[in-house]
Amino acid sequence: MKILVPIKRVIDYNLKVRVKKDNSDVDLSNTKMGVNPFDEIAIEEAIRLKEASIATEVIAISCGTSASTDVLRTALALGADRAILVELEHNPEPLAVAKLISAVCAKEQVKLIICGKQAIDDDCNQTGQMTAALLDWSQATFASEIKIEGDSAFVVREIDGGLETLKVALPAVVTTDLRLNEPRYATLSNIMQAKRKPIDVITASDLGVDVSPRVSLLKVMEPPTRTAGEMVANVDVLLEKLKTEAKVI
Amino acid sequence: MSVLVIAEHDNQELKSSSLNCLTAAGKLDAHIHLLVAGHQVSSVSEAAKNVSNVSKVLVANAEQYGQLTAENIALLVASIASAYTHILVAATTFGKNMLPRAAALCDMSQISDIISVESENTFIRPIYAGNALAMVQSSDAIKFITVRAAAFDATAAVGGNAEVEAINESNDTKLSEVMSREIAAGDRPELTAAAAIISGGRGLASKDKYHQLLEPLADKLGAALGASRAAVDAGFAPNDYQVGQTGKIVAPDLYFAIGISGAIQHLAGMQSSKVIVAINKDEDAPIFQVADYGLVGDLFEIIPELTEKL
Repeated sequence: MKILVPIKRVIDYNLKVRVKKDNSDVDLSNTKMGVNPFDEIAIEEAIRLKEASIATEVIAISCGTSASTDVLRTALALGADRAILVELEHNPEPLAVAKLISAVCAKEQVKLIICGKQAIDDDCNQTGQMTAALLDWSQATFASEIKIEGDSAFVVREIDGGLETLKVALPAVVTTDLRLNEPRYATLSNIMQAKRKPIDVITASDLGVDVSPRVSLLKVMEPPTRTAGEMVANVDVLLEKLKTEAKVI
Repeated sequence: MSVLVIAEHDNQELKSSSLNCLTAAGKLDAHIHLLVAGHQVSSVSEAAKNVSNVSKVLVANAEQYGQLTAENIALLVASIASAYTHILVAATTFGKNMLPRAAALCDMSQISDIISVESENTFIRPIYAGNALAMVQSSDAIKFITVRAAAFDATAAVGGNAEVEAINESNDTKLSEVMSREIAAGDRPELTAAAAIISGGRGLASKDKYHQLLEPLADKLGAALGASRAAVDAGFAPNDYQVGQTGKIVAPDLYFAIGISGAIQHLAGMQSSKVIVAINKDEDAPIFQVADYGLVGDLFEIIPELTEKL
């Protein structure tokens, strides 16, 4: 079984993003970038399925500018067998990514796609579901456990109020939630070896996909900030304030 | 303009998030269609027709919708989508799971998690976990939109008298099947719909203390229980209690942050609360920067005292 893992290059999750002064976008110049954290979880899960001899090959794919080569190298260092870069001039929207991934799946006989539930930059939470729709595959989003049995996957999903166990027919798209696993670190020797693993570079037109944007970004703003209120001396003062000032109890 | 809202329900009750979503829809058009897709949903469609701004309730009642799986519901939504200019659903796990699938089936993009409707094609949505807000404009013929429920008040659940129309089911895809659901039972309100939330962090020190201290306080206030990611990762509270960037986004009237330092990813989930109270032993904790009222001290003494005096 081949597993495809789509990954996105995003701002390092430890960094706080800045809004540009002209409000045109966020400022990512000189910012450390890396693999979207949910996608790291997806890579880890795919590698574990390969280590368990359930998967035969793990292919990482990224759709973006040539800068995305670095996150594909990271995926290879973590254990992906090979990688595909769909090289674009701009970062594409989720629907375009879904189309590109679907087109690659048609060529590669992939049986399972594991991807992050959302990217921590645009927070869209769409690509996995859209890819499943275009391929007419089943989907299991927000996974905290994946078990493959025969032609089905049993996926524990984190839903509002609790957990759901879903049985999906393969091929399927599974999107990862935070607690699915704890990703490993790449060792130095694996990082060196990854430099010899192949990255195929293709374009959207090779795949016959129109990636023109449908949504335009008009402006980016700072969120309203809260200001610190007052410190109270004890429980009695707190209760008094909540009753008479804030009127919430 | 013609606006469709997809109701979230459990085949018995209309979820309150649908009422918040209807308020967002009401900013686009005064007459809204509400789709109830499920199995044996007469109590839901009855509730739906009473909602004040709903003009028509569409009911798709079939066994294949009973489990509310994305594959079947998205196919149904796509089958009726061409009659609408806007299709909205609350950004709950149900909506986030299903709507992108429906949008892609129609070759449309989606605008996720909007917090404001600026015009019929322009919306504001948080990006980077709420550290920035993007104003975006869609050029698609049908706008598929998920709505952050906490950003909109609830529409009145009564006062309407909508027409109810049964619609044809689409094919059963048979792609997925729900084997089990473990939904935490209890009298407490749901986290995203609660008027008050008592949230605990790593400062509670253990799972036992988390429950011993916070449950009586939550009971007195009729509040939901929440937790920081640190508390969830330490096993004090279950996953679905997590408030924050990767958990639930909440905006109650009253939010207690107890033993929570205030990591940026937690603040992203609760800073729209009306009144925030922080109780922490560390006076430099970042949570005090966003709190309306802060109390520095030993929470193991403060919380029992607070509970008793309420």
